[in-house]
Amino acid sequence: MTRRRLRERLLTGIWYDNPGLVQLLGLCPLLAVTTTFVNGLGLGAATLLVLTLSNGLVSASRRWIRNEIRIPIYVLIIASLVTCVELIFKAWFPSLDRSLGIFIPLIVTNCAIVARAEVFASRNSVSASIVDGIDMGAGFALLLMAIGAFRELVGNASILSGFDMLTGNDAFTGLSFADHGLLLAILPPGAFFSLALAVAAKNAFDRKRRRARNTGATRSLRRSG
Amino acid sequence: MSGATAILKSGATLAIIATICTALVAATYTQTTDRIAANEKTLLEQSLQPALANTFYDSSVSESRLVLDPPHGLPGTEAAIIYRVYSGDEPVAALFVVTARDGFAGPIRILLGVNIDGIVTGVRILQHRETPGYGDKIDARKSDWVHQFASRSLQDPPVARWKIQSDGGEFDQLTGASVTPRAVIKAIHETLLYFEAHRDNIFAATATDEES
Repeated sequence: MTRRRLRERLLTGIWYDNPGLVQLLGLCPLLAVTTTFVNGLGLGAATLLVLTLSNGLVSASRRWIRNEIRIPIYVLIIASLVTCVELIFKAWFPSLDRSLGIFIPLIVTNCAIVARAEVFASRNSVSASIVDGIDMGAGFALLLMAIGAFRELVGNASILSGFDMLTGNDAFTGLSFADHGLLLAILPPGAFFSLALAVAAKNAFDRKRRRARNTGATRSLRRSG
Repeated sequence: MSGATAILKSGATLAIIATICTALVAATYTQTTDRIAANEKTLLEQSLQPALANTFYDSSVSESRLVLDPPHGLPGTEAAIIYRVYSGDEPVAALFVVTARDGFAGPIRILLGVNIDGIVTGVRILQHRETPGYGDKIDARKSDWVHQFASRSLQDPPVARWKIQSDGGEFDQLTGASVTPRAVIKAIHETLLYFEAHRDNIFAATATDEES
């Protein structure tokens, strides 16, 4: 893969075809856990890990899996991976695991993962599938972190709270700017508002850029003409 | 390929993948199980700490667990748990996890710490379903109602005054809820009586194994 293609590939998952922003997949965990940046980071990292490994395994076994049984096999692979990731979180990030609660095991039901297994990993080489997993996982994780940071800032007037859950010591537990924020942002409706704002912002940015590119193209046309 | 062979082949593939996946999970499990057990122990010790205010101890509380199956003479109809707390070899306190059955809405699970002299070191409500805004003020996160029991004992106040104020007792009630505090106070008092009667037996008993 050339550098340019790799860059394009990575931008696909992170921007053009972001599983959360564009495909609107995996919204249940996305809306539920993004009350803080650290929660978003935790679930994002877990999803990225599962997605990358499941893409790799599905792709590696794609040649000797009959078409009729592919879905149960995807489910089997994804469920085992999620169980492993859950055990790893319980062992090394126990407080983060408690904070994310049921949403770690529920990664199994994140449709983004089955979707990538079905549309990409089952038709492409192992290396390409792993890159796709990292790429899509990163797109999902970045969105979780962005929404988490936004909701935490607005709703709680703090950032990086619960950082000690990642490091395991109390050296840094986050920054707080005020006692209260706009509570709505932390509550479930705030999740919908935040996601809507994120989707709207992305669309607006894309449109602006497209327009800029179009006018740029016409200008250069005129010059050459 | 005939239908039967196809099905057999599919079945075999599924079986192989299932075996590989199970092996993967089993391997992760064996690698993490010790750490997870250690984490759970730390968490338990941390959650017991609030009921041991002003108590010096250096033992691992969770290892000295006693599980008493009903009937055990403590409040509640389910198993009661006692953790023994030591400083060196000297018993310094005991933690009780008991249930008040006569709350307003379902059982109230109470954590009660008593030092060796029978003085309460702290009370926390572990689990309850009391009415939000009224009975749920027994929860230390909602109000400081439970803190009034710290450093009380069977002699302070005397038996007749181990009641809420509206029943002629010593303890604060909760506005709009009298069933809940009555139940909690009764359970605490019964536990203190149990501790006084069985203190030596409690510290002499051998610990109940994990997973029992």
